[in-house]
Amino acid sequence: MYVAVKGGEKAIDNAHRLLGSERRGARDVPEITIAQITEQLKLGVARVMAEGSLYDPEIAALAIKQARGDLIEAIFLTRAYRTTLPRFGYSLPLETNDMAIERRISATYKDLPGGQILGATFDYTHRLIDFDLAGENAPAAPHENRQGLEPAPHVTGLLDDEGLIEQNAAPSDTPPRDLTREPISYPAGRDLRLQNLARGDEGFLLSLAYSSQRGYGSSHPFVGEIRIGEVEVAFFAEELGFAITLGRVQLTECEMVNQFKGSSKEPPQFTRGYGLVFGQSERKAMSMALVDRALRAEELGQDVVAPAQDQEFVLSHSDNVQATGFVEHLKLPHYVDFQAELGLVRQMRREYAATHSDVTLKEAAE
Amino acid sequence: MTQSSPSQLPDTSARRRAMAAFAEATTDELLAALDPIEAAHGATDLRRPEAGLVMLRGRIGGDGNAFNLGEASVARASVCLATGEVGHAYVLGRDVGKARLAAIADALWQASATREHIEATIVQPVESRLSAARSDKAARVAATKVDFFTLVRGEDA
Repeated sequence: MYVAVKGGEKAIDNAHRLLGSERRGARDVPEITIAQITEQLKLGVARVMAEGSLYDPEIAALAIKQARGDLIEAIFLTRAYRTTLPRFGYSLPLETNDMAIERRISATYKDLPGGQILGATFDYTHRLIDFDLAGENAPAAPHENRQGLEPAPHVTGLLDDEGLIEQNAAPSDTPPRDLTREPISYPAGRDLRLQNLARGDEGFLLSLAYSSQRGYGSSHPFVGEIRIGEVEVAFFAEELGFAITLGRVQLTECEMVNQFKGSSKEPPQFTRGYGLVFGQSERKAMSMALVDRALRAEELGQDVVAPAQDQEFVLSHSDNVQATGFVEHLKLPHYVDFQAELGLVRQMRREYAATHSDVTLKEAAE
Repeated sequence: MTQSSPSQLPDTSARRRAMAAFAEATTDELLAALDPIEAAHGATDLRRPEAGLVMLRGRIGGDGNAFNLGEASVARASVCLATGEVGHAYVLGRDVGKARLAAIADALWQASATREHIEATIVQPVESRLSAARSDKAARVAATKVDFFTLVRGEDA
């Protein structure tokens, strides 16, 4: 018999009211502001923008506040928000070569045009808790070098003369596929894969990247270049008939170069993996570049033997909003399903007991 | 199709430069410059200011084919002045009020009577503010550039 179950509205209302109160925390502690989050928790904001797939620091910060610091919940809120807005169109491709550099390093070339620029990095810190930050904190003014920066062209262009580094295909006019408009079908092109990875979960990509380094899919990567900085957004407005600048966005770009011994399709050379992420998000950009390269296995004539090389495995499990939805739905009421399964298991146990006379099973007391 | 400008089509690169400044201007900067101009108050909406999304594209490998990176929120507006000039604006963020002011600035920039004023009170000040901020930032970043040196061996000391 099917029994419809209703109820819980009052409990749900009160739970949400309690959530609002708990979110605020102790009332004698000042309430956190959106500006404090965008300015002082910038890397958290960057992660929510990247995986929420929406460049909007204020929305990301508000989502972080609403989610009480749960970044995946904040990403979920951001994704939900973006579905409420109409899309005006597509930007022209962002030109990362023209980036206003905030950080730029290469692990493959010591002396390169534009130099090694460390920027504001956690690298080379000792990872000791800084108890000074527990109180009011007035950091020393940064040093300045008024000579400024020299132009910093992409590192991967430097060895191109010898053909030692694989070349990217020249840009074509074919518009890239868009996974927000059509479901991914396999095999997926590199454009779709990069779109998926750019919004994919940092932790998932980090673990896959790590697995590829540890031997699950051979990879011998070097950081050709990491660069962080602002890039202008250009948009072709139909009503104007020309492209205009909408403002600037901060991006992190990573180019990995991987030693490649060659295959039936390609000569020995360095192949490339690419990562591009909203905001300052170096770990994500590096992971994305490693996974991008791993996913190119088939195209480069390598055997697909490891999880990181398996398109369908990677692309269909990278999205933390989908993942959390499916995992967390298990906590919603499944009373009827479970009753049905109880009946089924009882039935199987009766059959089992009938064919195994040496085993006595306790009959359910009901 | 919207006819964006009357017969004397202004030089596109100059207008693009001005529109980039409007997009980077703060609401206060726009208000301060536009408020004294009478024509700014008579602007009517051709398209109501609205917030939406633009899908940002990157390039595979930094220089290859395009791919869709993720969206950005964008506010846009289109206005028409009593004198007929049409102004448009697309700016990053969801500030539709600012988008409308930027569209008014674009329309006034196209009118010969007010272009000088808009250049002097918005375009130039915003450009110098941005350029100063850019070089301040570049100076701080440049101080973190690595200077490699070769360790001097004992015999040279």
